[in-house]
This record gives sequence, C-alpha cells and structure tokens, in this order.
Amino acid sequence: MTQSIQVTVNGKEQQAEVEPRTLLVDFLRSTLGLTGTHVGCDTSQCGACNVHVDGECVKSCTMFAVQTDGRSVTTIEGMAGGELHPLQVAFREEHALQCGFCTPGMIMTAADLLSRNASPREDDIRHALEGNYCRCTGYHNIVKAIQRAADAM
Amino acid sequence: MLGRTVFTITSIERTMPAYIGKSVKRVEDERFIRGRGRYTDDIVLPGMTHAWIVRSPWAHARIKSIDATEARSQPGVVAIFVGQDMVDDGINPIPTGWQIGEDMKEPPHHTLAVDKVRHVGDGVAVVIADTREAAQDAAEFLVVDYEPLPAVVHMDAALHDDAPLVHDSAPNNVSFTWELGDREATDAALASAHHITSYEVENQRLIPNAIEPRSVIGDHDVATGNLTLYTSSQNPHLIRLLLCAFVTGLPEHKVRVISPDVGGGFGSKIFHYPEEVLCTWATRKIGRPVKWTAERSESFVTDAQGRDHITQAQMAFDAEGKITGLKVDTKANMGGYLSTFAGGIPTWLYGTLLAGQYTTPAIHVHTTGIFTNTVPVDALRGAGRPEATFLLERLLDLAANEMGYDPAELRRMNFIGADQFPYTTPVVLQYDSGNYDAALDAALDMIGYADLRQMQKQARAEGRLVGIGFSTYIEACGIAPSAVAGAIGARAGLYDSGMIRVHPTGKVQVYTGVHSHGQGHETTFAQLVAHHLQIPMEDVELVHGDTAQIPFGMGTYGSRSLAVGGSAIYRALEKVLNKARKIAAHKLEAAEDDLEYVGGQFTVKGTDRSVGFGDIALTAYVPHDYPIEELEPGLEFNAFYDPKNFTFPFGAHICAVEVDRDTGEVTILRYVAVDDVGEVINPMIVDGQVHGGIAHGIGQALLEQGVYDEEGQLLTGSFMDYAIPRAADLPMFEVGRTVTPCPHNPLGAKGAGETGTIASTPCIVNAVCDAVGVRDIAMPLTPERVWQAMSASHSSREAA
Repeated sequence: MTQSIQVTVNGKEQQAEVEPRTLLVDFLRSTLGLTGTHVGCDTSQCGACNVHVDGECVKSCTMFAVQTDGRSVTTIEGMAGGELHPLQVAFREEHALQCGFCTPGMIMTAADLLSRNASPREDDIRHALEGNYCRCTGYHNIVKAIQRAADAM
Repeated sequence: MLGRTVFTITSIERTMPAYIGKSVKRVEDERFIRGRGRYTDDIVLPGMTHAWIVRSPWAHARIKSIDATEARSQPGVVAIFVGQDMVDDGINPIPTGWQIGEDMKEPPHHTLAVDKVRHVGDGVAVVIADTREAAQDAAEFLVVDYEPLPAVVHMDAALHDDAPLVHDSAPNNVSFTWELGDREATDAALASAHHITSYEVENQRLIPNAIEPRSVIGDHDVATGNLTLYTSSQNPHLIRLLLCAFVTGLPEHKVRVISPDVGGGFGSKIFHYPEEVLCTWATRKIGRPVKWTAERSESFVTDAQGRDHITQAQMAFDAEGKITGLKVDTKANMGGYLSTFAGGIPTWLYGTLLAGQYTTPAIHVHTTGIFTNTVPVDALRGAGRPEATFLLERLLDLAANEMGYDPAELRRMNFIGADQFPYTTPVVLQYDSGNYDAALDAALDMIGYADLRQMQKQARAEGRLVGIGFSTYIEACGIAPSAVAGAIGARAGLYDSGMIRVHPTGKVQVYTGVHSHGQGHETTFAQLVAHHLQIPMEDVELVHGDTAQIPFGMGTYGSRSLAVGGSAIYRALEKVLNKARKIAAHKLEAAEDDLEYVGGQFTVKGTDRSVGFGDIALTAYVPHDYPIEELEPGLEFNAFYDPKNFTFPFGAHICAVEVDRDTGEVTILRYVAVDDVGEVINPMIVDGQVHGGIAHGIGQALLEQGVYDEEGQLLTGSFMDYAIPRAADLPMFEVGRTVTPCPHNPLGAKGAGETGTIASTPCIVNAVCDAVGVRDIAMPLTPERVWQAMSASHSSREAA
C-alpha cells in the first residue's frame, strides 16, 4: 500500500510512491539517494538527520515522507548553490568537523538558527545545538564556525 | 638511520615551502561539508539484501528452541539462520587478540549464540530479506524459547562461590588475574609510610557512542569467489586477518576489506564484531550482498563498552611529601565475552601507567578480569590509561588535602625531573623524554593560578562554591615495539606501513596502513609527504582503508597513526628521495654527494644546473636516458616501521568549576590544557583532537554511565537515558602546548588522540570536590549526586 507524493527537494520537483510508514530520512536516503542526511539514533536526539522542510529545521527521522507532500525540503546537498554556503565555508575554516557524520545536521541546524538570529551569542549557539550530538569536536570549533558564518552573512 | 648519501631532517627542513607545522585546512572536509561523505550505510549494491538480527532480551538464558517456520514464510524473506547453522558450516568462534597469562579463560564467542545467551543483545538468529523493513517485520514471527537463568551483573557478586557462571569453563567467573611490580617493596613502603592516602573507587561503565552506528556489507562474487566486506572499522587489515585466519578459514587473498568513511571510532570500531562474520558468511550462503546497519539501540548493546573498574588503592608518602609506594588492586569487568583487546586494557595498558609523572619507587598492581552478563568491555578512548590516570590524579589531590599541600606543589615535588630521561619506572616502561615542570608551569601561567585562587577565595566569601582541579598525566601510545607487544601477550605485531607511489607526472599517491575516521590523515599525511618531496600538497593524495590497495597495516587506535604510520611513510619518503637523487645524479652527470634538494629541484651545489622532481618522476617511468644497469625503472616504495618504544605524551590540565549550591549543578568556568604531543604537523588538527578528547573525559566525569539492573537489563540503552556531552554542557577550551620531541621516531611525534580524555576526567572531579569540600563523589557527578554529597557533608558538619 503506497501513497503518491509530490515534494520539492533541493529545488527539484519529485514525484514518488511511498509507504505511509516511510520516514522522511529513509525516503531521502534510499529513494532519492541523498545520503548526506544521516541516521545516528532512533530516539530523535542526535540531529544527524536534520533537514529543512519549508525553511524550518526538522529531524527527518521524526517525520513521515507523506507529510512532505506539497512541501519543500532542503538537505545538505542543497545548501551550496554556485558556491558553498557561508556555514559550509566556516565549518571548514574553523575545523568544526572531524569524522563528518554529524556535520550535515549541524549545518542545517545552524542555518536555521542564523535565519532566526543573525548574531547569536555563544550561549545562544550552544543552546540551539541541544538537539545535535557531536562526539569528535567537543563543539568548541562548531561554536566558532557558527559565529564566523554569522559574521560573514 | 640514514645512509651516506641521503637526507637528514635538518637538510630537508631548510627547504621551503614548508607544510609541517602549518594549520592547513582539511582536504577531507570538502566532501563532508557537502554531504558527499561515503559511509558504509550509504553504499547500495545490486541485489543487496538486508539483515535483521534477533537479539536476546535476557542477560543470561538457555536457548531451548528456535522456531523460524512462520518467519520464513513472510514476504520478502530470503533466508533465516541460527548459530548452529554457522557452527555446522565450520565457522569458528571469534578469538580475542590478547593473552593475559597462560591460564586465561577464553571461552568461545560464537557469531550467533549457540547454547546460551550471555548478555542482553547477544545475537540469536538473523533474518535476511529484500528490504530492511521486511527483515524486521519477519523477525517478529521468529519464536525463540528461552530458559532464563540467574544473571551475574556486578563484579563482587560474580566472584562469590555460589554465583551463576557466565561460562562453565571459567570458575568464579574469573578470566584472568595479573600482577605487575614489586609487592614486597610496595608493602614495605606502606609499612614505613609517614602518611597513607587510601582510595576506593569505581571507574564506571561507559558506552562509546560514535555517532555513526556500525554498519557492514558482505558481497560475495559467485563468479570469482572474491569477497568484499565493507565495514565501519578502524583497522581493515586486522579484521581481514582475524576473519580469514581464525574465524572463517577463507583465503586471505580472496577477501577484500574496505573501511570507507567511518563516522567516529573512539576504540569501539577496532574490534572484530560478530556482524562482520555474519555478513561474510551469509553472502556466501545466499549469493547476494548482505547489509547490516545497527540501530542506535543495537549499538548500545553490541558495541564493546569501556572502563568499568572497581579499585582499591593506597599511596604511601614520607614526611617530606614524597610518594614512596603505590598499591593497587583492580577488578575489571570483561562483560559476557572477551572482546578483541579486552584483556590487555586493564593490565598492560593500565598497570604500566601507574607511575604517572612521579618518581614513585615501589608500585604493585593486581588485576582480576571478571565475566558478567553484560556487554563485552574493551578499549574506549584512552583504554586503561584514563583509568590509571584517574586513580593517580585523584590520589594526589586527596593526599594534598590530607597533608595540607597545594595540589600543584605536591605534584611538582614528585615529578620526574627533566634531566632524568630516559626514565625507567617500577612498572616496566622506559619514558623516552619529558619535561613535566614546563607543562605545569605553562598551565599555571595560562590560567593565572595566583589570581584564580584569589578569585576562589572571594567567591567563597560570597557563598559561591568555586573549585580548582588539576591533572598532570602521562600517556603511553604508539604501542610497540612488536617484540614487546608479543612479550606482553598481544597476538599481533604493532608496526605499520606506508607506500609512496610517484606517478610519471610527479603526482603522488600515499598508501597507509592506518585509518582515518575523523583524525584528518588525508591532510596531515599529505602535508608530511608534500613537505619532504617539496611539491604542492594538491599533488599528494592519501589512500587508506582498503586492503586491496594499501599494504598490510594495523589500523588506527592508541594514538598511533602519526608516530607509527607517519614514521613508515617517512621511511618510504627516504627511499623515494634516495632513488630520485640517483636519477638526478645521472641526469646532471654529477656525484650524488654534490647535489642538494631545494625547492623541489636537485641542484649541483654552486651551479645553476638542476632537475625538478617532476622530470625525475618522468625519467623513472620513461627510462630512455637512465642508469638501467644500476637502477630499476619506476619510483615507488613501501616501508614498514616497527617502533623502538612507546611514545609518552604528557601534560597538565587545570580547570575551575562552580557548583550551584541549590541544585548541585556543575558549571565549568575555565578549562586549560597544556599538552606535549611532541612535534606537530598540523596544529589545528591537534587542537581539535585535544578539544574532543577533553569533551569525552568531561562526559565521564559529569554525565555518562552505563547502568544495568540486577537482571542485566541495560537501563541506559538509548540517548534518552545515556547522556553524552551536548554543546551547552561544555565551555570553550584554552589549549596550550609544550614541545618535547619523541627521540626515537623520525618525526619526533607522540600522539594526540587520547590525551584530553585521559587528563580531563580527574581534573573535573578534583575541581568539584574542591568546590564543595567533600572527599569524593562517585562519577558521574550529576547534580543529584553532587547535591547529595553536599547535603551529607553539611549534615555531618552539623552533627559534629
């Protein structure tokens, strides 16, 4: 039993038949092959799967693909236009990633923060990241990267 | 080390452009920031099936029967296997890689349990289906009839004579006992001590939680008989060796193990796991690729866990505050089976570190490795060394308090002096180099110690609870030489390999036996090679993680990659440059000794006659005008490097914390780390390793604990129940460095991956105890525990 959905992903119209139980993250990874969105947990805590739906950051493991029918999804693959997004640049410049697994989710969350708060304080950044786990960096350089991107934007 | 006509480091270093010592931005980031990393679970193969493993809900139970009839008829199911199927097919148990004493009990660890299950999460059966969902759905129809048995969870209970046995072959649930040091001398030191500081402590169970869950794909090519195993491992060659030589008997040359991008390891991805065997075996049975990816809940009960020691220790002091002896007795939880390095961790990687930075003349340590019905325990970031350092650094702070010393001063009074190296400790290590005073001085200076104490005094006067903590640590990493590793029971050599392939156009590929899963090798090693070949970094690419491409190597763990793997690359560089020089001498019609290599050009000294690296590369592969009688064509060299000793990073960490009087919540006000990791190739990357390491150690101090109930259920089996540090739990770190080169490897490098974790845990606990004025608080120092400790201390003061 599948359901037909029409969803814009990274600016491109997609039509697909999905099972109602299919999670958005599985739709992105398995159906569309957008493997930049990762799965790091099964309790909606780690944020490795964060994407934007209609411009708002969501955990794509906590949303069904059918819920995005008629909506617009942006993943890490859609963040760079002609050139890298300032957050992508800042993450590289500040060494805000090591293994890279949490990075896409971090960048999507940070983009969401900066859309709401153009010049966040360190404290604002740390609290905005409460739903994103990183085991490599100790967050030090992630905080710096987000500050750097805020300055650049 | 270097031949007559070759380079010394000094002669190379005066050439530019220099890449060593530069914070070059990471090469690998380009793919990760775009979402173009390629982790194992991202890989999709034609005809791929998906495995769902049915796991035991019991910590200890007999498997009476397994009925797969109904499960088999579910849609999409390809095959269902149980443990006996694999045994019948000649699959051996998974061996452990470290022998601790001749009497070590090493009961079989089957890929899927055969007779009994020994921890919650132990695999019982596998359902393979066209999709993961189909496999998971069908697994619901599999009926396993268990006879639950009483479980042993706590080590003290496990040792009782009437305790249930995890393995019938291990009486009293003891796998091994081990000791090191001079018992008599230590007892004598305690007997004649002016002061004895005693400490009984649990170093709690930790759960590693790399953010990428483990993932494995087995892909058997029916036509060629070749098998490719993709696995999120830190050491693909080690996995292939164990898989082929010990477990499956498959010929090593027909098996290729690929560890592509790996999302963090921290030790937990060193080990040879059952799922690697399972996917290897199952793909051969069904003739289609088989993928398994852990859910996080599975990671919690299948990734080997860390720490879990219960220790009693006594440290003896003379009247001048000098440490005269240290006696340690440790019970180490091994869990339900011996994992790959399990026995080595609470013994050789722990007991040998108990001298720390101090001149303690007599040390004795005794360790008992104990089976329980819990997830196996093995190396986790630091692996034995954090446990040793925690014990020592807590003892030092307790003793300073008891005897009325400043904790920095008591440490300094006991430091091995900078003029005492090489220094042989009473627990067998020979420290190669060090300058402990310098690191402590730098840390005291960075944090402004006198002012900080003044601030603390003022805060206390205002009723605020501010504490200062210290940790001055030593680490032994870059583990080796192989002969020593063998003598202490490691069943593997501990060298590594590096190969340099110069292409005809002068572009270079470097192949390393170590593996990057966040450490930035693609950048650091390219810097190393570009620096010495004096070519642009863009012309160098690193290949790692594929046994079909790289020479045999031991992978990455124990902060060994640069010190051992980098040294192997350096050896290959020497060979490349030596041959390049011969080719240059031929082309320039000059003696080799008359050439100098500057700016990527061999030049006849005192002339303008020169030939560039690119021309030499081309000549090597188009050898028309070439000394063909003396030299083979081509420019490609492999080298293996077996270290002469461990390396010994060290440092001093100081932090200041404040405790909320009403809630017990700990806030870290300052965290200063001065680490000496020897020579540094990329300071940015080293700082990043230190940050992450500190965070991991703070996690242990304040947040993390794996908790099992009496029946062996893991109560902290998800991120909802197990707290790893989040951004708001941590401060910005202040990182400094001293540089004392490692004298026995060609890079002078020691290792940076674990220093932060080793140092930070006791540093934080010391500070919190200082803040609230109690002797000890059991980790993790959650607000509740700190509040309870404050209340108890308050009541006892009132009662007095």
